[in-house]
Amino acid sequence: MDLAPLLLLLFAFTLAIFLGVELISKVPSQLHTPLMSGSNAISGIAIVGALMALNVGESPVTKWIAFAALVFASVNVVGGYLVTDRMLAMFQAKNKGGKK
Amino acid sequence: MAVVINLLYIIASVLFIFGIKMLGHADTARSGNRLSAVGMMIAIVATLLYGGLAWPMIIGGVLLGGAIGAIAATRVPMTGMPEMVAIFNGLGGLASLLIGVVEFVKIYTVKGGVETYLTNLAAQSGVTVPAWFAALAIALTILIGGITFTGSLVAWGKLSEKLPGQPISFPGSGILNILLLLTAIGAVVTFTIAPSGACALTTVIVLISAALVLGVLSTIPIGGGDMPVVIALLNSYSGIAAAFAGFIILNNVLVVAGCLVGASGLILTGIMCKAMNRSLGNVLFGGFGSAAGKAG
Repeated sequence: MDLAPLLLLLFAFTLAIFLGVELISKVPSQLHTPLMSGSNAISGIAIVGALMALNVGESPVTKWIAFAALVFASVNVVGGYLVTDRMLAMFQAKNKGGKK
Repeated sequence: MAVVINLLYIIASVLFIFGIKMLGHADTARSGNRLSAVGMMIAIVATLLYGGLAWPMIIGGVLLGGAIGAIAATRVPMTGMPEMVAIFNGLGGLASLLIGVVEFVKIYTVKGGVETYLTNLAAQSGVTVPAWFAALAIALTILIGGITFTGSLVAWGKLSEKLPGQPISFPGSGILNILLLLTAIGAVVTFTIAPSGACALTTVIVLISAALVLGVLSTIPIGGGDMPVVIALLNSYSGIAAAFAGFIILNNVLVVAGCLVGASGLILTGIMCKAMNRSLGNVLFGGFGSAAGKAG
């Protein structure tokens, strides 16, 4: 059994954990909610898993479960990015108003 | 084609990294969010390059989910945004849970059980994994996805005042939580050892139920004011669930993006606790303490 590709995946997993920790350092408190919302949109990456599960050859049962996963993940992705953008638009408007 | 897809996945991962980094600074936050959206677009398009996909269902699902998400996100009033994020996060967790269920149903229904499943998986992904590894990834995806789903729903209920905001706890809830967690861990171990066969279906049903109840019971003793911290933590969970889903289908962009969210979400949770002069343990278990205090 060739485990090398699997080890490579575990390697990426470990490095990504450290990178994720390093990326967040000093975040101003007004940005806590948008940052949470923005990274929530990224966790909608589960959409890729749902897409891959929707293969032509699968049984109807697995197809429909995968379809449900795809719908929920799409809500997460599209809604997540849009709501974050709206939050940040308001945040920017507030900031500019303050500076004037 | 696999090479092109993986190169696109690398580009998407880089855009996610820059996106998260830029979201943490006031002047770059909005472009950071857009950059990560572009990354998501690239990851989706790359995945569609795999052949043999059921196009009508894919187009229908993306349009349906996308429309619901877009309408919800543009209609929600500013004050309702945190609870909207809670719902979105819950649905992300549910999606991961369902991916785990799909892969379980494949193992359960395919002739030849887990061996045939692994052969098919190796043909699709080019990676051969041991049976226990595939089973463990499926079980953990279901567990963490389930906790994220119902936990986020409770957080949404508390923020939108559909559930009472004050901590709800009852005598023995701490012990019940521990028992549930032990049951869930037991189901994960059992499924990892025996992913196909007579008991597998029961094991998975027990696992799903324990995860869903655990999500509710671990969130409900926390006060409404602490919900933003809880959502940040649940967001971290949904990232981890996505990363485990990536280990099931052996997809590196799922693993990397899920992990980034998992780790950065955990750090953000810590920062938010610090801003409130609280420790994470105090936020998560404070409800138990206050209930015990009242009882005494």
